Amino acid sequence: MKMKTLIYVLILAVIGVGKAWAGDDDPTPLSNKEAIDLVQTHANYVWTLVAAALVFFMQAGFAMVEAGFTRAKNAVNIMMKNLMDFSLGTLGYWAIGFGLMFGATTTGWFGWGSFFLSDFTPDGDPWVLAFWMFQVVFAATAATIVSGAMAERTKFSGYLVYSVFISAVIYPIFGSWAWGSLYNGSGWLEGFGFIDFAGSTVVHSVGGWAALAGAIVLGPRLGKYTKDGKIKPILGHNIPLAALGVFILWLGWFGFNPGSTTTADKSIAMIFVNTNLAAAAGCALAMITSWLKFGKPEAGMSLNGALAGLVGITAGCANVSPTSSLIIGAVAGVLVVFSVLFFDKIKVDDPVGAVSVHGVNGAWGTLAAGIFDMGGFSIKVVGVQLLGIASCFVWTFVTAFILFKVISMTIGLRVSPEEEKEGLDFTEHGNSAYPDFDTSSYAQN
Amino acid sequence: MKKLEAIIKPFKLDEVKDALTAIGVKGITVSEVKGFGRQRGHKEIYRGAEYQVDFVPKVKIEVVVDASIANDAIEAIKTSAETGQIGDGKIFLLPVEEAVRIRTGETGKDAI
Repeated sequence: MKMKTLIYVLILAVIGVGKAWAGDDDPTPLSNKEAIDLVQTHANYVWTLVAAALVFFMQAGFAMVEAGFTRAKNAVNIMMKNLMDFSLGTLGYWAIGFGLMFGATTTGWFGWGSFFLSDFTPDGDPWVLAFWMFQVVFAATAATIVSGAMAERTKFSGYLVYSVFISAVIYPIFGSWAWGSLYNGSGWLEGFGFIDFAGSTVVHSVGGWAALAGAIVLGPRLGKYTKDGKIKPILGHNIPLAALGVFILWLGWFGFNPGSTTTADKSIAMIFVNTNLAAAAGCALAMITSWLKFGKPEAGMSLNGALAGLVGITAGCANVSPTSSLIIGAVAGVLVVFSVLFFDKIKVDDPVGAVSVHGVNGAWGTLAAGIFDMGGFSIKVVGVQLLGIASCFVWTFVTAFILFKVISMTIGLRVSPEEEKEGLDFTEHGNSAYPDFDTSSYAQN
Repeated sequence: MKKLEAIIKPFKLDEVKDALTAIGVKGITVSEVKGFGRQRGHKEIYRGAEYQVDFVPKVKIEVVVDASIANDAIEAIKTSAETGQIGDGKIFLLPVEEAVRIRTGETGKDAI
């Protein structure tokens, strides 16, 4: 009996809904098009924000890579730096950075407007929010790259000041040159046809060259070089953690590159494949290079190789073929090994290889995006790519160098030798990452 | 009473423990230690730079036995800890003056 009632109710409900539908206007080609466009718009929002979440997760990857490649006595400090460069960077990018990068401009050198997300109004188009979310995680990626190169010796308060500046000023101004027109701006560099789809230069080289400036101003960690100038490696305390970080970054890159379409369309398939092929080739070639050079397939270099391949394909992931991606990644894998050795030799102490992975391979990837362009090779395109690479180096290295020097002369950029030996976890944060473990981590220099 | 201190390869610990309990050793103390002998450690590579590891991880075993089985205990450790490679370790034999079981107050042979 109860069942019967239920069925009647359901039938009535279906008829009622049907009547409601019947009451709508008949679909026209125009209303169909609008409905389809709306679905596409929604898909764009979803894809852009899912990709933003993946790129956000790269923060975890950077934190793990950096912690793994450094000593246990500085692990808390590294977590704090990675946490705060994202948090303060978000605030700086919200207040100033986004406006400088994507505000309207007449000169092409920096935008002005859209500060404090003022473009968003409750009844307005919320696209600015989705777009901002995707852009802020990119800004934070550039900021956090630097942390690794400056690990184990940087004064925390000095690092905080740097974090705000790169996200609010250094990154956005270069970004406006290359990407301003993605929103309200228009940069001089993109006016020449500069290709940097997802940011080999805009994000990675900016981070890498700022990292180089930071490592130079700081000087090497105590004990990295012997008195007669020989390299004495300072071992990372947890290679599995570093490897986890690389896997997380690799995953995050599937948001970083394909997400840079900010459009849910078919082009993301090739970008995905290109991203993966370059990473795999970079990893394989770095392993082979280290095997030939050191006699063993070295883990640290192989991990850096995967990242080098990923950075290398970031610029050209949408305009080169899968085969070219493989070549770009392979070259990046070889390049990163020699670059790490080179910077070690010239006494730039970069504990995680951030300068080699992001700076050097960001430059290579940007050049490669011109060389392997599916639109055909043209010397003009390659020239513009070189101009972009050079302008990025000059702008970022000079401004970051001045910034670090000013911090160094005012609030201080480096901790005291005593604090460095004791470890930054205790001296900067009054804390210890692994209080239950023994103290052997303090014994090795 | 005699005390044996043996430095062995860490992965040999289980075999040594079995060999010692088989001849009637009642208690073993083990610690993780680091050290070097004649071979002076080994070389490792980190991010392309070679470095010397002077102190290699080892396990130190300490057992106190009745003097009558001291030689058997040495033999047990020697055979169970041997791989034939460098770095197999060493055994030291020391005299022990006294032993006290804290809970009962027993002394000497009864306490070990």
